[in-house]
Amino acid sequence: MNMIQALNDAHKVAMRADNDVVVFGEDAGYFGGVFRVTEGLQKEFGKTRAFDAPISENGIAAVAVGMAAYGLKPLIEIQFADYIYPAYDQIVSEVAKMRYRTAGEWTMPMVIRSPYGGGIYGGQTHSQSPESLFTHIAGLKVVVPSNPYDAKGLLLAAVEDPDPVIFFEPKRIYNGPFSGHHDQPVVPWSKAENSEVPEGHYTVPLGKANVVREGEALTVLTYGTMVHVTAAAMEEADVDAEIVDLRTLVPLDIETIEASVKKTGRCLIVHEAPRTSGFGAELSALVTERCFYHLEAPVERVTGWDTPYPHSYEWTYFPGPARIKTALKKVMAD
Amino acid sequence: MSSSETRTNRPALKLHVPEPAYRPGDTPDYSNVTVPAAGEAPRPDSACDDKDTIPLTTHLVRVLDDDGKAVGPWDPKLDVEVLKKIYRDMVTVRIFDDRMYRAQRQGKTSFYMKCTGEEAIATSAAAAMDAEDIHFPTYRQQGLLVSRGYPLVKMMCQIYSNAGDHMKGRQLPIMYSDKEKGFFSISGNLATQFPQAVGWAMASAIKGDSRIAMGWIGDGATAEGDFHAAMTFASVYQAPVILACVNNQWAISSFSGIAGAEQATFASRAVGYGMAGLRVDGNDVLAVYAAVRWAAERARSNNGPTFIEFFTYRAEGHSTSDDPTGYRPKEESEAWPLGDPILRLKQHLVGLGAWDDAQDKALEEETSATVRAAQKEAEKLGVLSEQGDEGKETMFEDVYADMPWHIAEQRDAALKEGE
Repeated sequence: MNMIQALNDAHKVAMRADNDVVVFGEDAGYFGGVFRVTEGLQKEFGKTRAFDAPISENGIAAVAVGMAAYGLKPLIEIQFADYIYPAYDQIVSEVAKMRYRTAGEWTMPMVIRSPYGGGIYGGQTHSQSPESLFTHIAGLKVVVPSNPYDAKGLLLAAVEDPDPVIFFEPKRIYNGPFSGHHDQPVVPWSKAENSEVPEGHYTVPLGKANVVREGEALTVLTYGTMVHVTAAAMEEADVDAEIVDLRTLVPLDIETIEASVKKTGRCLIVHEAPRTSGFGAELSALVTERCFYHLEAPVERVTGWDTPYPHSYEWTYFPGPARIKTALKKVMAD
Repeated sequence: MSSSETRTNRPALKLHVPEPAYRPGDTPDYSNVTVPAAGEAPRPDSACDDKDTIPLTTHLVRVLDDDGKAVGPWDPKLDVEVLKKIYRDMVTVRIFDDRMYRAQRQGKTSFYMKCTGEEAIATSAAAAMDAEDIHFPTYRQQGLLVSRGYPLVKMMCQIYSNAGDHMKGRQLPIMYSDKEKGFFSISGNLATQFPQAVGWAMASAIKGDSRIAMGWIGDGATAEGDFHAAMTFASVYQAPVILACVNNQWAISSFSGIAGAEQATFASRAVGYGMAGLRVDGNDVLAVYAAVRWAAERARSNNGPTFIEFFTYRAEGHSTSDDPTGYRPKEESEAWPLGDPILRLKQHLVGLGAWDDAQDKALEEETSATVRAAQKEAEKLGVLSEQGDEGKETMFEDVYADMPWHIAEQRDAALKEGE
């Protein structure tokens, strides 16, 4: 399965298991979503469980709050993460704080899915990675899968989680992993690792990172599309890197991070989102606070630039293998 | 095209900034405000086409006439015991408000908001709904809780953020929440609850339930984007919901014209969404009851949502932090043509021979005693100003179902600081 098929399958498994799971979003009903993630759901589960929504992100999030208050489990879609901002008030002020402000009287078990990330010539409003706007909000869990196996298992775990989950899907790798070499043809998931997706129900626990490659030379902390770009860059540089795919940003798997950095003594952080106040800043601070005496070099970050996401300069903006290799040299120099 | 020479013949454009008719120092005069006679508004069947309600969105549904008689097709013909119950609830709300306002002035808590002059709306709406229906209120519908028999002590404990507050002192005073009483958690963020009510109603419809929801909003907050979302979703999915706007003329210091009331009534917003709309005398208990009952019947029969504008007046300041003499005449509330909801219902009850001054005096004394006793009991559990930091570790709970490591670490650090 590719990521889309895995996510679609997760929807079906969740909806078959629990009649309270409802799916809606713009074009998510009859048409099955602009990325086909919700394809076939309306046909199988009917229009009251999988339906199209008006183009109103605040409305979509708000009615999901009301539904969760009733006792349903909304599994909703925001068409692009770049368009989640109208829903920000509902997500930040209502969804995130409901359990806290009512001391558990009302809870918000819901999942807000949204395709995210760049590398697709999406320009300013089809490429953004706004995860740090959500990791900063107490009460939300934030998940970014990097392969079909994790995508399905994490989404099922998110649906079953008692807390609200922001689920960002890197659309660059919907159809296949991406090395960052945009001039090379895309390898489909069928020819890649982690594309074997079990039938039926299984979960990948939230809050647990995945060491995708064990190594001794340095630790790379990353997630989403950049897991693959980083892996390719490390291979090309022939470095024995330990690559940690965080999978869940909040709550963070600090134990895995700490163990890895203490072992390797060096840390590189890679994400697509802009640098300033990006999630990398939090990772860098945590690693510095917790592993200071084990560090043999300053923690480095390879990120998107502090600019809006451009169209024509896609590959200057996107943190590709060349930039990762430059940072790698810096981390390994001392 | 941008050359100014090409535009010399055109008049200069002017920005219209709405201004209330009267400011401090002016003598308010509402003789120009048209108040339709009670009984005049027609009452279509609750299953009618939404378009049949269009005339009602600029009219005013009124039942109690100037003599306190119930007239016209909207008279809900309520049992006198129901009326007395609503009357008691209104009196309770007003006395409660006064005592809590004073408690704030005495420094026992940080903040309070009264609903003086608007008591009829929440108490009568609650009476017209079923106990199992849910409300998504704003901060000025305390009458819903009183009507539904929520203990006054618990309300006060919330206001004092004391040991009796089941929300563990996390919310600002008056941001009540009670699941059992169908009173959704109040948020400081305006209008958010309006589309949430629609979502709850959609859920009820998805599950084939028979319960309905009622969402609440003020005149000022109708300008929020969430208002538009609520109206759109309610109409698109024909959700079993009543969307109520309490138009009390004022959003803190801004008069309703700043929210768009100069050009059109709030009720008329319903028309563009293809939704039934009613404009109702909010100081008339019988009209409020009749309208909510009509809308509830419509929602319950899968005939769609209703938007109701309750026309009323915010008789006092916005909150304990507000002084209305800074932006409107002191005498404005007395000049308000729809009067006081409590006095109007009293007049009606007296007219029915069901009430007299002696009973009224007894009720007031009894209610004052009840509220005082509740306050005493609540204050035994503490008031905000005397609260120490005992139990401060609870402030880290309930962010998530299970406390993640980073919050546990912060809790431990906070506890260590106090040592």
